[in-house]
Amino acid sequence: MANKKVSTAAMGSSKIDKIIAKYQGNAGSLIQVLLEIQSENRWLPREALDKVSKKLKVPLNRIQHIVTFYKAFSLVPKGRHEVHVCTGTACHVRGAPRLLDSVQDLIGIRPGETDLDLKFSLETVNCLGCCALGPVMVVDGEYHGKMAPAKSEEVLKSYE
Amino acid sequence: MPRINSPAELEAFRKDIISKRDPDKPCIAVCTGTGCLALGAAHVVTALKEEVKKQGLKTKVDVRETGCPGFCERGPLLVIYPEEICYLQMQPGDAQEIVSQTIVAKKVIDRLLYVVPSTDKDEKIVQESEIPFYKNQMRNLIGNNIKIDPKSIDDYLAVGGYSALAKALCQETPEQLVNLVKSSNLRGRGGAGFPAGIKWEFARKSADKTKYVIVNADEGDPGAFMDRALLEGNPHSVLEGLTIGAYAIGSHEGYIYVRQEYPLAVENAGIAIKQAEEYGFLGKNILGSGFDFTIKMHQGAGAFVCGEETALLMSLEGKPGEPRPRPPYPAVKGLWGKPTNINNVETWANIPLIINNGPDFLTSIGTEGSKGTKIFSLVGKVNNTGLVEVPMGITLRDIIYKVGGGIPEGKKFKAVQTGGPSGGCIPEEHLDIKVDFDELAKVGAIMGSGGMIVMDEDTCMVDVARYFLDFLSDESCGKCSPCREGIRQMLKILTNISEGKGREGDIELLEELAEATGDASLCALGRTAPNPVLSTIRYFRDEYEAHIKEKRCPAYVCKELISYYIDPDKCKACMICLRKCPAQAIIGGKNQIHVIDQEKCTKCGTCFEVCPDRFGAVTRLSGEPVPSPIPEEARIIAGKSKKDE
Repeated sequence: MANKKVSTAAMGSSKIDKIIAKYQGNAGSLIQVLLEIQSENRWLPREALDKVSKKLKVPLNRIQHIVTFYKAFSLVPKGRHEVHVCTGTACHVRGAPRLLDSVQDLIGIRPGETDLDLKFSLETVNCLGCCALGPVMVVDGEYHGKMAPAKSEEVLKSYE
Repeated sequence: MPRINSPAELEAFRKDIISKRDPDKPCIAVCTGTGCLALGAAHVVTALKEEVKKQGLKTKVDVRETGCPGFCERGPLLVIYPEEICYLQMQPGDAQEIVSQTIVAKKVIDRLLYVVPSTDKDEKIVQESEIPFYKNQMRNLIGNNIKIDPKSIDDYLAVGGYSALAKALCQETPEQLVNLVKSSNLRGRGGAGFPAGIKWEFARKSADKTKYVIVNADEGDPGAFMDRALLEGNPHSVLEGLTIGAYAIGSHEGYIYVRQEYPLAVENAGIAIKQAEEYGFLGKNILGSGFDFTIKMHQGAGAFVCGEETALLMSLEGKPGEPRPRPPYPAVKGLWGKPTNINNVETWANIPLIINNGPDFLTSIGTEGSKGTKIFSLVGKVNNTGLVEVPMGITLRDIIYKVGGGIPEGKKFKAVQTGGPSGGCIPEEHLDIKVDFDELAKVGAIMGSGGMIVMDEDTCMVDVARYFLDFLSDESCGKCSPCREGIRQMLKILTNISEGKGREGDIELLEELAEATGDASLCALGRTAPNPVLSTIRYFRDEYEAHIKEKRCPAYVCKELISYYIDPDKCKACMICLRKCPAQAIIGGKNQIHVIDQEKCTKCGTCFEVCPDRFGAVTRLSGEPVPSPIPEEARIIAGKSKKDE
């Protein structure tokens, strides 16, 4: 996963046009279009949703329904570093709740939140599928396995 | 690449690929599945490639990046062909030795081999298939993963790929194919276990020109990654199965619905579709048979409920993934209102095997009601975490102990949880039951899609039930109230119990709510949601009662019910826990016995973990008061130790 630059402004509308064009303006592709914008921009600004609504001829309230229903979408900007703590069952029985508690204490935010300096965003994930490494924490795509509360402090300190 | 226009051309092309490959040419196959990649497999591959180049062996040795063979616990791993030498827990630094010793000098490197645990002499195993983890499996579906590069269609062809497609399109009629799958007794691997052949027949008989076939790769159970390994490690086998199914049903358009959380599966399946189109295994007039078929990929956006087939269809149509009542079943009214056949990844991957080897291939394996093999992801408190493929009918005990190598650190087995959030916990007394669709259901669990989470004595069963309900209340789409409210209320009670606020009668109330939620919910998510609660109450009622009556968590998990305490007689004031405590809740100093400030303590357990075994001063308490700290003047231990004097 590349460490993309954070942009808090809306992404260029030409990029959105390109993505929409790729799916031939098909309203059935709404989720795919939104996923691509999310992955490109890391969050969905209001301007982008307006544009998608107009181009695909889908009412904004339906788009709002979609982006709040599915977990992949974010309506707020993300921090420079995305921290994912796996809370899958295997990680859970290996102590993920204690890990999550200490990560929350360390960076001062709860899952789904971004800190005010836009440094960290914290998310929980249901399973990363590398259960042999559990409990697992991923920061900007880099896996940190067999984590313990004390170890998480060392890892998080290394990010600027 | 030339388009392949007939079965004869396919065979000629396959012969050509095989003839160009020297079976004696050394090949280093490195697993680059998600698990091994997380452990650093990419660096191992780079180091190996550089080393091969450095030693001037570029034309003489192949380095192949393969799919996941399943032994995640010991990754990154590699297998060297033709000798089938298996090296585990690789580091990039080992590359030089592997190339110069094993490849050039034909010497096996001892320290990278599998060591048989708990034998007196260090018995080591060289060949992959001899390692107990693999030896006790039957790897019909995932066996090819380590042999092929999932990004290479030629690799798939070299192991016989697409021969089933040729056979199906050119030698069988659609009716024959449906009957073949019916007589193989293949049951859907996604969880419900519905016979695939019968499902196909319904879709085939639906009178509509437009029909759809779909691969359900929305594998959402936490702790399960069977489908990912197949789609990521051998995507063409899934495409081949889907295309055969499409032909049998009379569909010309297929979809792969895959979670966006599986980027490598999305990538590899996307490459595979492109390659299959180039070779003519997809598109117009496939292999000269006159049959047209295309496959599109659709990514899920992160909603567990979309694994349910009607919710999946809604999502494919670009809507929120809310299930609808059945009937009508998708075979009659599915995607865009057209007849649709949805099968899980593993089900589709079974199809080429059945076509190539006949239905007996499946019916000769397994139990009366469940045939063939099943892939499980064996995780949690087990020595050999990984993916295992076993014949139906094997006992849970064999999976956990023979394949899985038992419980780590000499702990005691408590339960195994099968079937994900819809499944149940099975205790020691039922470990000898045969694993199949029907037997697991009898003990209150389900086989589900294949998650298998092993739990030891340190796992609290109330907490496990609470965990699953928490997951489900988050993932419930909210459309029907029995599921939305039932799960929420059960979660509330479980949370209270785990926080020491449980009341007499809570267990009975849970049972009542579970029944109502299970009976009245719209889709399988709600209908099976009570399983984790009911199965833990059924087998571990004493744990529930300890939480409620004694305010005690026997496994020392529920934070509100436990305390950490440093035994002043055992504490050697070594400062380790004091330094490591993330909450700075430990008072003390050099030569001063440490005391935990219970007000500040966050119960993270760090002190318990770091206190050296030889002291064992930090203990956990539950259901009893924490002894008051010894007075400050009594905490000095200078003088007690000779060294300090």
